[in-house]
Amino acid sequence: MTNLQYARWLMGTSLAFHILFAAVGVALPLLMIAAEWRHLRTGRPEFLELTRRWAKGAAILFAVGAVSGTVISFELGLLWPAFMRFAGPIIGMPFSLEGFAFFAEAIFLGNYLHGWGRISPRAHLAAGGIVAAAGATSAFFITLANAWMNHPAGFDLVLGRATNVDPIAAMFPDGWGPEVVHVLLSSYAATGFAVAGIHALGMLRDRESAFHRAALGIALVVGGGAALLQPISGDFSARNAARNQPVKLAAMEAHFHTQRGAPLLLGGIPDVEAGVTRHAVEVPRGLSLLAFHDPQAEVRGLLAFPRATWPDPLRVHLAFQVMVGLGSAMALVAAVGAASFLRRRRLPDARWFLRAVALAGPAGFVALEAGWMVTEWGRQPFTVWGVMRTAESVTPVPGLAVPFWGFLALYLLLGAVTATLLVRQIVHAPRPSGPGAGR
Amino acid sequence: MTPADAVAGVMVIALVIYALTAGADFGGGILDVVARGERSREQREAIERAIAPIWEANHVWLILVLVLLFVAFPAAFADISTWMFVPILLLVIGIVLRGAAFTFRTYDLHTDAVQRRWGRIFSASSVLAPVMLGVIVGALARGDAAPADRGWFAWVAPFPVVTGAFAASLFTFLAAVYLTVETEGPLREDFRRRALGAGAAVFALAVATAALSARQAPLVFRGLTGRWFSAPLQGATALAAITALGALQGRWFRLARLAAAAQVSLIVLGWAASQYPWIVVPEHTIASAASPRRTLLLLLGAVGLGMLFLAPALWVLLRVFKGRNAPPADGAAAGPTILG
Repeated sequence: MTNLQYARWLMGTSLAFHILFAAVGVALPLLMIAAEWRHLRTGRPEFLELTRRWAKGAAILFAVGAVSGTVISFELGLLWPAFMRFAGPIIGMPFSLEGFAFFAEAIFLGNYLHGWGRISPRAHLAAGGIVAAAGATSAFFITLANAWMNHPAGFDLVLGRATNVDPIAAMFPDGWGPEVVHVLLSSYAATGFAVAGIHALGMLRDRESAFHRAALGIALVVGGGAALLQPISGDFSARNAARNQPVKLAAMEAHFHTQRGAPLLLGGIPDVEAGVTRHAVEVPRGLSLLAFHDPQAEVRGLLAFPRATWPDPLRVHLAFQVMVGLGSAMALVAAVGAASFLRRRRLPDARWFLRAVALAGPAGFVALEAGWMVTEWGRQPFTVWGVMRTAESVTPVPGLAVPFWGFLALYLLLGAVTATLLVRQIVHAPRPSGPGAGR
Repeated sequence: MTPADAVAGVMVIALVIYALTAGADFGGGILDVVARGERSREQREAIERAIAPIWEANHVWLILVLVLLFVAFPAAFADISTWMFVPILLLVIGIVLRGAAFTFRTYDLHTDAVQRRWGRIFSASSVLAPVMLGVIVGALARGDAAPADRGWFAWVAPFPVVTGAFAASLFTFLAAVYLTVETEGPLREDFRRRALGAGAAVFALAVATAALSARQAPLVFRGLTGRWFSAPLQGATALAAITALGALQGRWFRLARLAAAAQVSLIVLGWAASQYPWIVVPEHTIASAASPRRTLLLLLGAVGLGMLFLAPALWVLLRVFKGRNAPPADGAAAGPTILG
């Protein structure tokens, strides 16, 4: 591999690792305070137990996320100094505001985790609420920076240099809304489903456990709600890509030839050399309908763009299929659950439904990773869409293979330990003697 | 004062706070390495209790400095990231392992073998990170971050290595002094002895740093000695150091804490003032590396707004966990003792 490829792999590995913790950091505090609020309202012990366990989960995951996020803030400069030199003054606002949101998160998480019994129950709940809000705010700002990379705004390019810099305009580039909403919903959906999956498994083993029942209820409301909204948000995102990054859309859909009434391709393997996509299921006029809400709309194909500006359609298309497929499955499970709840006014707990939830448990995080790959691979060969190529942004430092393999090993270790501790600390149901038994 | 100077000033303040807070957390990790004797277990527990609620918030000051650097001085950030690649990478590894090992130690099994394993990683990375931080400062002062054909290991030289050791000793001293306030009885005496020992190391390494800087970092040395503020600054630093050691000797622990914090603040301020107006010696000054004026003004606004919200929150955090009446760390309700 070339140095550039190692740089991309290192950045990609770091982000793929961090994004899991970031998403949990957005959503788990919400689950935690929902449980605490229920405990304050009802006084039922299983909600307190749940709060404590989710708080411990949040503590472990936040700590690992904080340090892996630190790696990324340094890596931006270590790996892409030219990009940061160019982009720093333009997209500084979201980064610095994110810094403060992260600060608030760290401060109030400290208060929350170590403040049991030291601050009043309401202050404690409020601290948790600030943690949840700050996590979402962090994700909001970071996604704004990514939206700018997809659709740079707020400067004029004169002889390769940015002049007339307007950081406020750069903060809200065209398409920021759909991207931000999509990312936030994906965090709630992925975390909610992962937690729901764990407790659905628990209920399959012990259907009477009040603990699993309480956990499943909260996780399904958060995860299922987000999963139901996500297809709508996805529609906005796709139309945004069609307008602002047509070549990315063409790669996502493996769409080579510009045409009116373009079909939607499900699955299939794009063949770049031949300019066709094989083995796909075609939905007539589907792509025109989805991308422009008009079955006759013209959709530009990859061949309408210079080859040097193409992302790799194979990767982008496959990642996109994975994201959409899993997202649809989750929305279906959520819809079935919601319908059952509306009919019977109680937590759906049929075995087949619990099995479906358990099966969908990991789907959210896989879809989230796939979606992130769609947007990052889809932006290639550029770091800043249309302005700066990835090859131009990379550091001249040689031998990046060494940090790549080193950090890969480090992440594998951290991931394995984190998973072990989470299983030991929060997944297992309390022992029979009641909710206090874990202590 | 230009907006660029103001941002640089904010960065220095953030670095001072980082040294006073996160620096002491690193120092706690170094004290963990040297914990010895019959009370070594109690010493380690006191260090853990002191760090646990606050280290994540403390750590954010460094992120703030980093963000301010790349937003306000992108050219300097790019050069530092490129030419200091290796020490920054080592710093990052130290930061990651420190945070992860500390958290894992808290939530993993409380058997001796498991605790020792995480403890060793925690303490080794607590040494690595501050040493690398000091190395980067020393190398910056020497001019190693300026584009030149000196290779990727130019920082492996006496001066940066000594500044690295100086930073580590300073943080250890600070942590030991803080801990004398947060403990009692024989444990407090242990930390008092550690503080006096670390204080001696600080003195020796300060002399070595100053002596080496004359030849290795002439620009900064001139700033350190030849400006109007040089004599009063050096005098104030020396006074703070003597007060801290004297107060430790006389067991006035709160006074020692105040003086040690003043000493560390003055050292960071002294370094920054001596290097002014250079941000990357001898390539970029604050003015030459600065972003457009509009970016800087917005950035200052964001920082002001952010601090307006966070200052009270930080105050609450410190009051709850470090205040005079803060009860001894709980543990009964939160993490460490939950394991059944």
